[in-house]
Amino acid sequence: MALSDTGTARRPIGLEGDAFSRWLSQHSPTLLLGLLLVLLPAAATDFVLDQIVGWTLVLGMIALSLMFLAGYGGMVSLVQMTVAGLAGYSITVLGASSLPSISLFWPWWVAAPLAILIAVAFGTLAGALSARTEGIYTIMITLALASAFFYLTLQNWSIFNGFNGFTSVPAPIFLGVNWKSPVPLYYLILFCAGLSYVAVLYVSRAPFGIALQGARDNPRRMEAIGFNVMAHRIAAYAFAAVIAAVGGILLVWLNNQISPGTAGIQATIDLLVIAVVGGLGHPIGAFIGAFIYVILRTFALDALVAVGLDGRRFQTIIGLGFLVIVLFSPDGVIGLWRRWLARAASSRRGIGR
Amino acid sequence: MATALGDEGTARGARRGDALGRWINHHPLAALSLAVIVIFCLWLILAPWPQGFEDWFGRKRLFINALFNGITLGGLYFLVAAGFTLIFGLMRNVNLAHGSLYLFGGYMGYEAGVWTGSWLLSFVVAFLCCAIVGAAMQILIFRRMEGQDLRQTLVTLGLSIVFADLMVWVWGGNAIQIDTPDYLTGPVPTPIVVALKPSGDAIFLQYPRVRLVIFAAAVLIGIGMWLALHRTRIGMMIRAGVDDRDMLSVLGYRVQLLFVLVFAFGAGLAGMAGIVGGTFQSISLGEDSHFLLASLVVVIVGGMGSIPGAALGALIIGLSEQFGLVYFQNYATVATFVIMVVVLALRPQGLLGRR
Repeated sequence: MALSDTGTARRPIGLEGDAFSRWLSQHSPTLLLGLLLVLLPAAATDFVLDQIVGWTLVLGMIALSLMFLAGYGGMVSLVQMTVAGLAGYSITVLGASSLPSISLFWPWWVAAPLAILIAVAFGTLAGALSARTEGIYTIMITLALASAFFYLTLQNWSIFNGFNGFTSVPAPIFLGVNWKSPVPLYYLILFCAGLSYVAVLYVSRAPFGIALQGARDNPRRMEAIGFNVMAHRIAAYAFAAVIAAVGGILLVWLNNQISPGTAGIQATIDLLVIAVVGGLGHPIGAFIGAFIYVILRTFALDALVAVGLDGRRFQTIIGLGFLVIVLFSPDGVIGLWRRWLARAASSRRGIGR
Repeated sequence: MATALGDEGTARGARRGDALGRWINHHPLAALSLAVIVIFCLWLILAPWPQGFEDWFGRKRLFINALFNGITLGGLYFLVAAGFTLIFGLMRNVNLAHGSLYLFGGYMGYEAGVWTGSWLLSFVVAFLCCAIVGAAMQILIFRRMEGQDLRQTLVTLGLSIVFADLMVWVWGGNAIQIDTPDYLTGPVPTPIVVALKPSGDAIFLQYPRVRLVIFAAAVLIGIGMWLALHRTRIGMMIRAGVDDRDMLSVLGYRVQLLFVLVFAFGAGLAGMAGIVGGTFQSISLGEDSHFLLASLVVVIVGGMGSIPGAALGALIIGLSEQFGLVYFQNYATVATFVIMVVVLALRPQGLLGRR
């Protein structure tokens, strides 16, 4: 609340002032949030740091890749969790884990880029397959691809170690820092999440992003004025896959394990729920959705029991919340926020009824 | 023998100009290889296998069982996917709650069977229950967001999450098996030779009666749907709606009523399939997403919105799953998806789909 007040109050000054102060006033909520996140380790416990904020940021990154495709490209791709899962599995198989019979124990600076490369190749290929078909078909095809990967990880023991997956997947030690300990891992996650957030914002305003949004709104017209719509879509899948892949590696380092459930059908659908509840209109929506999801996931069980309800009905709460958002605010929590801001602004100016 | 067939076909085809003859005329090599494949398949099924071939390929009993299981499983998949593809074709609604309707139908059929003791009556109950739920979904929710494909799909996703959890609440996580009625239990002798006894007598295949009956019922339902779509007035309206629903509604037909009917029918079919699934295998938590995925893949392979496509897709997927189970156990499910990816790469609209 305080964030928006400063933003609106300073706007007249910003208009007269120089470009920097205008930029500062426009982005003050984001900057404040960023400052808060950077200073968080000073105040928060390790649990809050990794299991709440860290998990939020990692899930937010993977949801961000889905938001980028769905929001700017109009392609609701359910394969993003799979891309993350594949990156996670790749770093486990190429790097270190508790299973020396499968893991190759290559150094992280070989394993991590290779894992990202593998996942991006897969994401791009999946994109090339599903971008051939239009709109609503994308959901069906990507859901089918995601479950194919899930069943593969479940049934294959020679590479994916089947149902058990892998445990003890450590974050590496480099630059003299043990990135496995909570605070360095938190900063690593925060850095990657912040970078991908800025990258998505930048790309959305770059010529490529604008063309992508054009292809979303009217592919035939874009085709007619000489844009290669297919190429733009596939490139968007590749870009999103990079973010999802980095998120997937961080997810493994954060949870210290990976199993078929990490990129299972439930996780795939949860990711869509996160992105839609947060809002597909702005990159921050992915992180808001992830935050709500993580809070619910962590506390709803106890809260339900405390109120006297059955704690196992957690999924119903998630589903109903998702339904309410889809039915009443299709642009997610961001949409609610924007409408609330607009109403507040209009009533302050005396225009409101 | 194959060439003789081909020649005869060519001569007749040239005279009458019918489609098959013309195709054989234009692609003599393809026609020849097709004829060889058909004859080889017939030989595989009908003739007893020589010892050397069995050593290399495995027992014939396994092969024939996988074939029959695959075909009957295809019948079940068709029942689920037909409703899915009909709803998608007419309303552009990817009903991700279709698997939940399947599971719900299975549970309601089980309850009805326990109450009344009649297996056939449980089909009626499951059909009605699911049809009512489907109609309610169409009237209460989807009518309000017509034309917003993505939002509708998201709503069905939310519904499926809630339904799944509520069904776990009521029926728990244990698998439920629906009993086969007495008059359908037991095997049926078929005229297919599985193996030869040392004495030279043939051993014939025995196959569960219930699976054959249900497969026949699925075929009948498929033919019935085709006739209803192509020979009745309401079928004509549905086909017109698939092609251009705006134009149909401009012409004064009650499109909304049509939507409710089709949604109810598709949901009811899924419900009946739930009983079939409960009799074939069992119904339990997780079967909803299994059958949702199966119908997704069937519809993607066969062609979206096409009933014959659903039949073809269901057959292919059923066969690939069962043969996968026999010949490469570890990757049975993955084989299914490989087929899907290949079809998508070569023919994105599906085998019998239209652009």
